[in-house]
Amino acid sequence: MPLKVPRNSMPTQEPQERINNFKEVALGYELEIAKKEAERCLQCKRPFCKEGCPVEVDIPEFIQALKEDDMQKAIDIIRTKNSLPAVCGRVCPQENQCEMKCVLSKKGEAVAIGRLERFVADWEAEHGRNTEEKIKSNGKKVAIVGAGPAGLTCAGDLAKMGYEVTVFEALHTPGGVLMYGIPEFRLPKAVVKREIEYIESLGVKFENNSVVGKLYDIEELFELGFQSIFIGTGAGLPYFMNIPGENLNGVYSANEFLTRTNLMSAYDFPNSSTPIKVGKKVAIVGAGNVAIDAARTALRLGAEESYIVYRRSRAEMPARLEEIEHAEEEGVKFLLLTSPIKINDDGTGTVKSMTCIRYELGEPDQSGRRSPVAIENSEFTMEIDNIIMAIGQGPNPLIPSSTPNLQTNQKGNIVTLNEDGLTSIEGVYAGGDIVTGAATVILAMGAGKKAARAIDKYLTKQS
Amino acid sequence: MYKIMKKEALGENIVLFEILAPQLAKKAQAGQFVIVRIAEKGERIPLTIADYNREEGTITIIFQEVGRTTKDMSLLHEGDNILDLVGPLGEPTQIANYGTVVCIGGGVGIAPVYPIARELKAAGNKVISIIGARCENLLFWPEKMAEVSDELLIATDDGSVGEKGFVTDIFKKVMKRENIEQVWAIGPMVMMKAVAELTRPEKIKTIVSLNPIMVDGTGMCGCCRVQVGEETKFACVDGPEFDAHLVDFDLASRRLAYYKEEEKRALEQKTCNNGGGCKCH
Repeated sequence: MPLKVPRNSMPTQEPQERINNFKEVALGYELEIAKKEAERCLQCKRPFCKEGCPVEVDIPEFIQALKEDDMQKAIDIIRTKNSLPAVCGRVCPQENQCEMKCVLSKKGEAVAIGRLERFVADWEAEHGRNTEEKIKSNGKKVAIVGAGPAGLTCAGDLAKMGYEVTVFEALHTPGGVLMYGIPEFRLPKAVVKREIEYIESLGVKFENNSVVGKLYDIEELFELGFQSIFIGTGAGLPYFMNIPGENLNGVYSANEFLTRTNLMSAYDFPNSSTPIKVGKKVAIVGAGNVAIDAARTALRLGAEESYIVYRRSRAEMPARLEEIEHAEEEGVKFLLLTSPIKINDDGTGTVKSMTCIRYELGEPDQSGRRSPVAIENSEFTMEIDNIIMAIGQGPNPLIPSSTPNLQTNQKGNIVTLNEDGLTSIEGVYAGGDIVTGAATVILAMGAGKKAARAIDKYLTKQS
Repeated sequence: MYKIMKKEALGENIVLFEILAPQLAKKAQAGQFVIVRIAEKGERIPLTIADYNREEGTITIIFQEVGRTTKDMSLLHEGDNILDLVGPLGEPTQIANYGTVVCIGGGVGIAPVYPIARELKAAGNKVISIIGARCENLLFWPEKMAEVSDELLIATDDGSVGEKGFVTDIFKKVMKRENIEQVWAIGPMVMMKAVAELTRPEKIKTIVSLNPIMVDGTGMCGCCRVQVGEETKFACVDGPEFDAHLVDFDLASRRLAYYKEEEKRALEQKTCNNGGGCKCH
């Protein structure tokens, strides 16, 4: 197969059409395209792509099965390692992981591994799951705290090993950031629900509306007969800038803005009873994936202008390139090297405008990115209706504050003693954003996977 | 699902539910709240816990029908289920033996004041309670409040029960005759602010419980932020109780009113399928 065969592009909804709906933007490969893309895989003897996957999916093997038109085999191969393939195929930053390691990327374009994973997962959704995992219970109970990507992965892996797993979730539905954070147009909630149903089919029980740290504490979970506990409670505390006017009406955290829209379906108000207010001009402060999600959501909720306000330049924007491009196609505007210093009141307690300052790039900072330096006398004020803060999130405090012997760092993240996620309490493991600070779905899943393996080792040794 | 074991009409548009939730009842403490959702497309609303019965495994909530969700909720009966009930959320009241304390409850604010007064009494405080409402029809639990107080005083705007006037009118008199260590005031924002202004010059520590708009109730969204002194606090995880002398009540009132138009729209849509306002059912 010549290296020159170009990567097959992903069909998408047209920008003008999609900004008027919440339907998925990327439509997915058709069978023929998927097979054509699979043909591009060289089936390397030493597949570097696998090394790039935090959950160790057997990539060449599933692509080979796809090539041979054996979709059932392809999905079974993926499922042995990954309980959430339809999610990963959509939201993983493959360009920094498996696809970055793909040998084809050295001289041209990588195999579209993520798109193929999505194709296979969607094939299963369409045709129904035919393979039943043969699980023999070992009678041991494990509690998982938080039903986000880390917890779901840990739960799925442990269930496959025979553990009796219960997941405690604070919200009324499992999924964590997959449900409340990532918008419908990037990750349809029906897809997330299917993945959760799969995990339930493995025998995992979900206890929704259960805030561990309040309804139960860690000690009580042990008393209830759980022999090991995994904490994956995520980065659930939004940061604000601490500038004047930040508590005015019309200022949202990205978490609130996205939760109202995604989890609570505020776009369907008043049929759905949670409201949201979006004016004509919306500014999102920050330039990560969450910021881009909020900017694109604002357009779909009726904003005429949606701005990404970011104090560094385009090159430093942390969001995925694909997301930035999609946002640009939809008309999101980028106000770079700019940051608000003050939010102004319209006299009734609601946002009227924001005063910003311009920046230029100076020397690289600790993160290696050139750090922004404020330009003197560069202040300007722009009229704005809503401001959405998407400048990151800290760890949720509920478990650390109710678990005195659980060691945390200065920021409040749980300290883990090794790669496996073991915490300062015997039998208690942690992983995902609660340990690392806000990162990606797939890194959290990788941590859940490692912890599942470590919990298995720990409980096997004990008996 | 959480079963409604008892429903009671406490007054005009004021409803009490006892809900079966044994683990929640076991952990609930005075000052904490729950989040309730009653339908698949329903919103999540915070309600302070008015009581808990650990033996029977129930918690009590009291609400006034003001918006669409509380109106829909008032249509539920004994034996029906609440779809989602989360808690106990927030930090509990700091109960200690302070000496003489005053517990002020206005309107539905009487509900969260009750367990606080009870626990303060049990801790050995001299508890003077003042409860008030617009009229007798809106005033509830005078007997229960009397049981947990050394002295109970009542005010109504129209004088239909107790003294005619506001709770603050009575409180002013109590301030003159008693050596008060600490005050709890829960009720409408204007009432809490008025109490705070009375105790500020006397430097009497005053605690208010705020009930801002919330979504998740676990610190994740930041919708419930309140200005407390120089700091922004999240009522759901840092509160709901705060030092009344530091709370920016005006800001809190404006934030509470942010979705007023939407609330009206939701209510109109609900009460009439023909566009609203015709009172057809």
